[in-house]
Amino acid sequence: MRTRDPKKRAKNFLEVSLGITETQAVKEAKRCLQCKRPKCVEGCPVEIDIPRFISMIREKDYTGGLQVIREYNLLPAICGRVCPQENQCQGGCILGKKKTPIAIGALERFLADYEAAYGDAEAPVKAKPNGHKVAVIGSGPAGLTVASDLAKLGYEITIFEALHEPGGVLVYGIPEFRLPKKIIQGEIEYVKSLGVEIKVNWVVGRTETIDELFEEGYEAAFIGTGAGAPRYMSIPGENLNNVYFASEFLTRVNLMKADRFPEYDTPVKKATNVAVIGGGNVAMDAARTALRLGAKNVYIVYRRSEYELPSRQEEVEHAKEEGIKFKYLTSPKEIVSDEKGYVKAMICDRMVLCEPDPSGRRRPECSGDEFTMKVDQVIMAIGQASNPILTHSVKGLNLWGGGYIEVDENGATNLPGIFAGGDIATGAATVISAMGAGKRAARAIDSYIKSLKVSLRKKRKPSAAK
Amino acid sequence: MFKVLEKEVVNDQVDSLVIDAPYIASHAQAGNFVVVRMHEKGERIPLTIADSDTARGTITLLFQKIGKSTEEFGTLKQGDLIRDIAGPLGHPTPIKKYGHCVLVGGGIGVATLYPILKALKQKKNKVTVILGARSHDLIVWEDKFRELASDILVITDDGSSGIKGVVTMPLKEVIESSAVKIAMAVGPVRMMQAVAELTRPYKLQTLVSLNPVMVEGTGMCGACRVHIAGKTKFACIEGPEFNAHDVDFEELINRQGFYREEEAESMEKYKKKCKGKCKNKGSKDPRGQGVK
Repeated sequence: MRTRDPKKRAKNFLEVSLGITETQAVKEAKRCLQCKRPKCVEGCPVEIDIPRFISMIREKDYTGGLQVIREYNLLPAICGRVCPQENQCQGGCILGKKKTPIAIGALERFLADYEAAYGDAEAPVKAKPNGHKVAVIGSGPAGLTVASDLAKLGYEITIFEALHEPGGVLVYGIPEFRLPKKIIQGEIEYVKSLGVEIKVNWVVGRTETIDELFEEGYEAAFIGTGAGAPRYMSIPGENLNNVYFASEFLTRVNLMKADRFPEYDTPVKKATNVAVIGGGNVAMDAARTALRLGAKNVYIVYRRSEYELPSRQEEVEHAKEEGIKFKYLTSPKEIVSDEKGYVKAMICDRMVLCEPDPSGRRRPECSGDEFTMKVDQVIMAIGQASNPILTHSVKGLNLWGGGYIEVDENGATNLPGIFAGGDIATGAATVISAMGAGKRAARAIDSYIKSLKVSLRKKRKPSAAK
Repeated sequence: MFKVLEKEVVNDQVDSLVIDAPYIASHAQAGNFVVVRMHEKGERIPLTIADSDTARGTITLLFQKIGKSTEEFGTLKQGDLIRDIAGPLGHPTPIKKYGHCVLVGGGIGVATLYPILKALKQKKNKVTVILGARSHDLIVWEDKFRELASDILVITDDGSSGIKGVVTMPLKEVIESSAVKIAMAVGPVRMMQAVAELTRPYKLQTLVSLNPVMVEGTGMCGACRVHIAGKTKFACIEGPEFNAHDVDFEELINRQGFYREEEAESMEKYKKKCKGKCKNKGSKDPRGQGVK
């Protein structure tokens, strides 16, 4: 995959990966063995028929190839960029056993970008309205998938989004240099072109409750509100000035465009020495954003070793190329204040790895040794939890763990007509798994509504949700 | 888009807007706020819902012009459109029959207290209201409070209206002379802190409505976090009202001042752009009052 020069790109927000050329794509496609029992498909959370779209690239039928992907995946331009392919499709590829697996993500992205640049605009056929209304809460990957799948079947869909812009985590979470906003806008326009209405600034649970949506004639609701609440460590100094939770830091830049302050009104603090706590994609995004805002030294502070880093491999490689420094086996225990209440240092424990924990990763333990890092900004990127605004407003909704919604394999909750999927049901996961959940929920909602007899439908009162 | 139906200049620093927002109006409760973004490049700022009218489908926002965003917000006229308003957000105030309640409002803090007063009166509470400000001109909505309150005491720093002094003086008298069940204080942080310290020895239940910096206002970013009884809480979804005796006010003040330089830069740029046509008399409180 071609990328921008690391020195130059570390100073701007332009997309880092430039994708592959047509020649490269065809050449790569020709390497595919077209396995009879393809492991790549098994590795894909939505089971895209990967060998089929690759064979179409060989024949230079790019429109056909994209159509194959679209049958399974609403957002190929996005998944081609953000899926952890090495653990999914590419992880299974037979060629990977001896040398390099097929660059399936790059091929997916190629098809989507090629079509966007040269293809005939896909003219989606609006389905004949079937007279049934479904409410979709949240406009992230899960919500967009449910909405478009049901719209194609003729349902009248309204998406309710709490923020002022649709897209969910794709918009507030993932930076421009990894997923350009115009790509997301393109995908959202596609969903709208299917006849889906998107209402922004609509905090379901507050602006209107789910019960009220049912009273307005919606026959089912899908909750795809994501895992938007930041986790934090509860260590001393965590509320000092210049300690950010990654979600705030990234929201300021990605959604509010604070990198362009004062042209845009929302500011973000620029610092010189930045420590980002965590080793996932969000940590990489925050670190690389801090670098682009002008930081001299940016450290990823991770309590396990390089081997356990949960981030996509490509992000780690890009971060290293750009000069991000990695401090492994390091866990913060205190953030130290200067006389004005701002961060001046961070005291860390050195960790050692012990036997594997239930996640299969080796568990870190304090070695008893500690050291101090001189930093003037700390960004916490240690994961997300569920947000209670909506879940607490629905009486009787069964939750599990830290407030995630309990669903069956089709996304049905314990309440009739209410479905859920994506991070709010599983805990923080990936874009593609949220889309997979959306697909299954769309099918389940369709059969649920079909199963409602007319008489039953009339009887269904919102109080059923109480 | 949300339409401004009425605009009133309350005093030099404070304006009020009546805005068409039927869904928010019909769900608003005392203590709630909204997050407002005026235009494409604007910031998301939290403002208290100072009043709402379900039948008419309107909310009233009362705000002090203390920074670029609120100054700009003050330029809105009848018929203008606001790009984004989300809400109602925050926990509502716990309203019940308490008996004798005291509400203490400093400056624009009255925006939060007015719906609380309304709700408490509906539950047939006796409500004493103490309104404080630096001077007579800055006392906001005195008439509206006078109409509903059982008693009202006005106090100014310079004595230009009511008693001369600070709000804790009459508050102490009221607590000592009557069986007060609950106090609620909304205003500048130092005022709320002073009220908390005053009521602490009396073990009087005291609520304050906090105004930390917020970004999205729905529990996703943690910008508004405060220490309450030693635990981190998000003011947007777990507040904005908290037990006054549990609040780490010094931390709140520190965090409120985090963007002071950027706020000044933004204001400077705005003033240049509007060439002196926008005025800012400013308050010392960096986020101002009323701006949560």
